[in-house]
Amino acid sequence: MEKVTFTLNHKRVTLETDPETPLLWVLRDELGLTGTKYSCGMGICGSCTVLIDGNARRSCRLPVKSVIDKEVVTIEGLGVDGLHAVQNAWVEEEVPQCGYCQSGQILNAVALLEKNPDPSDAEIDRAMDGVLCRCGTYQRIKKAIHKAAEEVRS
Amino acid sequence: MTSQSNTLNRRDFIKLSTGSTAALVLGLSWSCDGNRVAKASNATFSPNAYLEIGSDDTVRIVMPRSEMGQKIYTSLPMILAEELEADWTKVKVIQGDLNEVFGSQSTGGSASIRTQYDILRKAGATAKTMLIQAAAASWQVPVEKCYASEGVVYHKDSKRKSAYGKLVGQAAKLPVPTEVTLKDPRKFKIIGKAYKSLDGRSKVDGSLKYGYDFHLPGMLTAVISRIPRYGSELEGMDDSAALTVPGVLKVVKVSSGVAVIAKNSYAALEGRKKLELTWSPGPHASLNSSQISADLNQALDRTDAIIRDDGDVEQARRSATKTVDLTFEVPYLDHAPQEPNNCTAHFHDGICEIWAPSQNPGNGFNAAKRITGLNDHEIIIHTLRMGGGFGRRLQADYVADAVEVAQHSDSPVKVIRTRDEDIKNGFYRPASVHRASAGVDQNGAVTFWQHQISGPAAGWHGMITGGATEHAYAIPNQKISYSMSDLPVPIGAWRSVANTQTAFVNECLLDEIAIKSDQDPVELRRRLLKDHPRRLGVLNLAAEKANWGKKLPDGHAAGVAVHKSFQSYVAIVAEVSQEKSGKIRVEKITAAIDVGTVINPDGVRSQVEGGVIMALTAALYGEITIEKGAVKQSNFHNYPLLKFSETPVIETHIVKSMEKPTGAGEPPVPPTPPALLNAICALTGERITRLPFS
Repeated sequence: MEKVTFTLNHKRVTLETDPETPLLWVLRDELGLTGTKYSCGMGICGSCTVLIDGNARRSCRLPVKSVIDKEVVTIEGLGVDGLHAVQNAWVEEEVPQCGYCQSGQILNAVALLEKNPDPSDAEIDRAMDGVLCRCGTYQRIKKAIHKAAEEVRS
Repeated sequence: MTSQSNTLNRRDFIKLSTGSTAALVLGLSWSCDGNRVAKASNATFSPNAYLEIGSDDTVRIVMPRSEMGQKIYTSLPMILAEELEADWTKVKVIQGDLNEVFGSQSTGGSASIRTQYDILRKAGATAKTMLIQAAAASWQVPVEKCYASEGVVYHKDSKRKSAYGKLVGQAAKLPVPTEVTLKDPRKFKIIGKAYKSLDGRSKVDGSLKYGYDFHLPGMLTAVISRIPRYGSELEGMDDSAALTVPGVLKVVKVSSGVAVIAKNSYAALEGRKKLELTWSPGPHASLNSSQISADLNQALDRTDAIIRDDGDVEQARRSATKTVDLTFEVPYLDHAPQEPNNCTAHFHDGICEIWAPSQNPGNGFNAAKRITGLNDHEIIIHTLRMGGGFGRRLQADYVADAVEVAQHSDSPVKVIRTRDEDIKNGFYRPASVHRASAGVDQNGAVTFWQHQISGPAAGWHGMITGGATEHAYAIPNQKISYSMSDLPVPIGAWRSVANTQTAFVNECLLDEIAIKSDQDPVELRRRLLKDHPRRLGVLNLAAEKANWGKKLPDGHAAGVAVHKSFQSYVAIVAEVSQEKSGKIRVEKITAAIDVGTVINPDGVRSQVEGGVIMALTAALYGEITIEKGAVKQSNFHNYPLLKFSETPVIETHIVKSMEKPTGAGEPPVPPTPPALLNAICALTGERITRLPFS
């Protein structure tokens, strides 16, 4: 057990834990933030995505020691004042079906728009291709990303 | 729209509805005892188990089925709210736990809308009638002079009005009417509108809790090291290393393997890695997919039963001018919902309490009863939200896991599965092989149709034959038959069940005979379906919207398929192209669907989009294989899902209809792969008969 400190959703947190514990389980089991989901456990599907220093990263195999002193944002901390533009677009477009993968989808979309505020369909495909949705909401996600991009630009 | 909240305690609701069993005899789940409700509280009005109106105007609607992404959390309450003339912004939804007043709570067969429509309409209309009666009585005016709209009762001849919340005390004292008048569907204000999901916001802000997220104070987490091959048994166990992992509390044997109970998920997973277990090879250690395929093909020569026998197929075959003979084969498929299976159980105060993300809580209840030997009233099962289901969560194996593990603990225990466990321990869509043939006479009329099906069916032939006899094509000579096999691989309902196989066979066979006899596939279908207006309706709508028959860009081709399942009708036109590498690209899917009266058109579109993607995934990649008595696939790298870059444009067109409403979850799945394969055949000339094909 070691002391681990990082910034989580804009607040400093320090906890005593096994530093090898994947960030996913620290968030879910130790900090009670269950918006970050377990789905494949191998970094294949993207349901466990969080933002680390603004980049979309998969948390299911990432030891918590690797985020020491970094800024971690989960779905719970994404909207600062109400929902983020991407979350709003998701609601407007009725994107989610079961909703289980959507935290990961949203955070990947946020990271994409940070780097590319006006992505083409092909650029969305490239950025989002590894984020899986068994319900098949891809078409709506694409539409919502365009909508959010427009919102952010205007 | 307002966001949802589950403010009413579930147990309160069980209390409200437990008095209503006697009313079930009447055919509907009425809670007749208005006085009881009035005594329980003057602040609420609950004439039946489906709703409760508070003095603050809040309308709490109980959703008696399970939500897993099909959006019945919104569409079922829309039905009740329509007849209640409710103010939609005041509606809150409560997940109904297992309760006999609701009848079967199995959520499958695209049946929620179809079976709940009349019940929920009547439940809403009953409450509205009583609220109007209460208002009329207090104003001392005739009931006929009053009406309700958006949560308020009005008197036509004066300006008097009263919000529902003000009337609950009076309404609760009235006798519950057994006969009520339902609205004229032409006056629907809510049904038919694309209402936003009541739980939409909770799915984008991380607040919605699924089974995997469920938590109780002092709860422990367990994972199971599972039986590695069908029929294999535990021969030896050394748990000493596992027990040294910090946080691991106990290692216990259960029917499905060896469970590690720990303080949290990570400890349980680390503990499981340290278990040393030896297993017997078991009786199926040499079982593999190629042997299964060979056996199923061989069983094609054996007929267990004929399920359709019209005219004389042999005679028609002899006189046909052209015939087509094809053998089709499909593999086992896993559901692989995004949220792996899990369940929580707790033995306390002489009862077994279960929290299950389940499509069929009744099944879980029965499993708990079998395992514990407890009486009915000593088992409580709550339904939790699911991250996808697709038929997988109709089973109760994961509930049994939780009950068995929790028997070894005073604390509540959540048993979770990792992805590999979930894929390897499924109840799969059966593998099957099909021998199919058809022929035409010199006029191009299809004269015979023959289809022999062979597959594992676990004793119920519908698992492999469902949909085979229901193609509706006017063909005078038909013979449809099957042979069932017994295999140790568990099978179960996979989104649209056997329709996935039989639509594939029916629609590719018909396409092939159209090609062989030089007929347009849509024209031929139109002729053969002329007495089936709803099938024709979707076929014509899809063909029109996809510009069937018009010239496509060079290197593109289109294919069509139509299929009825679960009383809904879907036609698909698929447009494909081929990359230089030879890889097929699905460009566009045009879907037409007839679900009768539409409750929420956006919900229907969403289910079509999802069904199409799931079907394309199956056609391109879906395959569970058996090696040495076990499932080979383990995760999304070897059981892949369709990705963004492979997703076609999906356009959904809904037939306008006043027919009774039916469901949209499964019906879009069956016709999608054959439409795709027919398009590929039109483009390349290659008739694909084995799935997956990529």
